[in-house]
This record gives sequence, structure tokens and C-alpha cells, in this order.
Amino acid sequence: MDAKESIARRVAQEIEPATLVNLGIGLPSLVANYVSPDLGVFFQSENGVIGLGARPPEGMEDPDLTDAGGGFVTAVPGAAAIDSAMSFGLIRGGHIDMTVLGGLEVDAKGHLANWVIPGKLTPGMGGAMDLATGAKKVVVAMQHANRGHSKVVQNCSLPLTSTRPVDLVVTELAVFRPTPAGLVLLEHAPGTDLETIRATTLADFEVSPDLSVMSLRPD
Amino acid sequence: MPAMKRSVTPHKAVELIPDGATIMVGGFMGVGSPNRLIDALVASEKRNLTLVANDTAMPGRGIGKLVSAGCLAHVIASHIGLNPETQAKMNAGDLKVDLVPQGTLVECIRAAGVGLGAVITPTGIGTPVAEGKDTLEIDGVTYLVEKPIKADFALIAARQSDYAGNLEYALTAQNFNPTMAMAGDTVIAEPEHIVPVGMIPPDSVRTPAALVDHLIERAL
Repeated sequence: MDAKESIARRVAQEIEPATLVNLGIGLPSLVANYVSPDLGVFFQSENGVIGLGARPPEGMEDPDLTDAGGGFVTAVPGAAAIDSAMSFGLIRGGHIDMTVLGGLEVDAKGHLANWVIPGKLTPGMGGAMDLATGAKKVVVAMQHANRGHSKVVQNCSLPLTSTRPVDLVVTELAVFRPTPAGLVLLEHAPGTDLETIRATTLADFEVSPDLSVMSLRPD
Repeated sequence: MPAMKRSVTPHKAVELIPDGATIMVGGFMGVGSPNRLIDALVASEKRNLTLVANDTAMPGRGIGKLVSAGCLAHVIASHIGLNPETQAKMNAGDLKVDLVPQGTLVECIRAAGVGLGAVITPTGIGTPVAEGKDTLEIDGVTYLVEKPIKADFALIAARQSDYAGNLEYALTAQNFNPTMAMAGDTVIAEPEHIVPVGMIPPDSVRTPAALVDHLIERAL
């Protein structure tokens, strides 16, 4: 199982039945693959659909039914098409139960940076600032390190996405919960240990007394 | 009966748009953009336009064509990540880019269209988006004060229009279109289909004909 799949499987377990969930583009979008249809979850895509479904069969694509990355999707029974003002009213207004966002950095305060590397890469924030500010629960799904550099840092060096702390950080090695006192390590991945996580993480963190092994179900 | 509109060609419509104008263009990553109007802007070699749009799509697609053709001097958008040309022109100093959070962008456009003087939002507080802007504290929460965003022209894509200009949209091709249709001084709508008045049920009309100034003839 590669890093992204581990992360997606673990994040999927955070999704509660009958909720409205927004998945960011890239790694976060993989989470949908591990959420049972029986759970009654509606996925919002901020470009304008609640009830995002799987890719259509080849030749059946509708150019007017896409996800936030512009890829062809379907809509599940019970779906709703919405405009951008409604979409972001839902997001900023606290009507999205959970969002999963990618990250460039998360720091010990739980601050997320994920929209610009000044001078190098400027994708823009898209909907990330509104999601990080307004969703009821914010989960960051990101690889632990980029080219050997920890993405879990003491203080973000990159411009922040929001000053509102995220609720959970899931990497292929660890699960952290940001608290007012700092990061708490809740889980480590199967096959890794505390020493490895300490050695590969730039942020200080406490270890939960209930430290457990990340579950990667369904397997 | 509402007044019928006379449909115009994309080329005739873009003659109204002078170099240096501010245009709002509907669409989200190339979906729901008025593509024939965009092609006409490119063909007529417009220059120094200010673009308000969610994103700059991809090279060769929708709004991306305006970037490639050098029609734009200034972009106000939430995301340029799928168009490397936008980033390259920005880095080279050939294109000014203002990045605005998507929810703030649509709400500032809405504010301009509905006569509100500002958007007061928690989004962007403590980030570079807040630099140089006023804040307000209301009931213990700090908000950013964002100004309305209007345009000289709004270029709208719709699934269909009736002869009067009532617009109906399609699925995720809706996106910024109905909001922008309120915020342009002149609104030019490009529908895929044009149907007789009465064919679009009143409940399905998202943009009332009174907002639409020019209707692009349908593609044959």
C-alpha cells in the first residue's frame, strides 16, 4: 500500500454517516474510494454539486458535470446542483460537516499552509481558505515529508491558509491532533515507531497516553 | 409579453468591449464558460483587459485562451494552478494577478450586483489576503472587510435562453454565471440553445431577462 492510499484509508474513517463532506483536489479526493456507499454521505464539490458520484462510463461524460479539478463525474440520486454563491455560503456558513484538505505545511498550532510557495509555485487558494475557516471539521491529508523535509513543522514558514487550527492531521506515518497546548500524536502507522516519527517530524509533539496503531481498514 | 431580444454574433458583441475594459467571465476550470465570446475576444486581438473569473482554466481551453493570446493585463481570480502560462506571465511581470479566496470572490461579485457596500467575512484573516484591508470586530469575532467587485461587461454561459433572455443553467456549468449576470454594467449571454418565450418554466429561470443586455445567436 503506498503512502497516499494509507492516508486516504485512514481519513475515510473520520467520515460520519449521513454527513456533508468536501474533499479537496489531489490526494484528498482519494478518500471517497474508501467510504462505503451505505454510509449515506453526500460529497460536495465546490464548483457546484452536492452528491458527487464516480466517473461516468467512457463515452457517457457530460461536459457540464465535473468536479473542482474539471474532471468528469456523475451525480448520485438525490444530488443537487448549486451555484458558487450557494456553494460557498454552505462552506463559510458552517454547513459542511467535514473537509479534507491537502497541505504543504502544518505547524504545532495546527495552522495549515497549502496555497502558495512564494517565488516558486502560485496555484492560488481556490476554496481552501473558506473551507479551512468555515467547515465544521478540518482534516489535513498530506504526505509526512516532501523530498525528505518534514511537512509537520514548528511554525509554518509559508503563508497561512487560515488562522483557525485544523482538527486532525493524517500522514502515512502518523495521526496528530492539534490542541491549544500543541500537537498530540494519537496514532502511528503499522511498521513505524515513535523514534521514526520523532526523527522525521520537525514539530514538537506530545505522545497520547492512548497511542495506538493507525487502522487502514477496509483491507 | 416581454420584449424579444435581437440575437447578435459573438464578433458583433465583442465590438462593444474596448481595450482596457474590465470583464467578468463565467466558468470553473473551463466548464460553463462562454467559449464563442472568448474566441471572438481572441480573434479581435483585445488588449489590456482586466479579467474577473474564478480561474484561468488550462492553456487552450476557455479562459486559458485569453491568457495565451495576451488579451489580459490583470487577472482577479481564486486559482491559477492548472494554467502554467498564467503563472509564467505573472512571474515575468507581464500579467498582474490578484488572488482572492473563492467564497470571497463570488460574494464580492454578488455584493456589487445587489447593491451592498462590502463583504464582511472571516475568510483570509491572518493571511496575506488581509494585508492592507480593514477589519471589523462584531460580537467578538474579527472579520475582514472586502470591497465589491464589479465589471464593465459580464460574459455569461447558459444552457438555454428564451427569446426574451431568461436564462437557465446546467449542473456545474452554473458556477459563477448567475452571480456575474448581476454585476456587469453590460451583460452578454451566450446560451447553447434559444427557445421561444414560455418554454422555460418560471421556476427554472435563474437569471431574469431584465438583466441580460445582449444575447449571442446560437451556434448552428
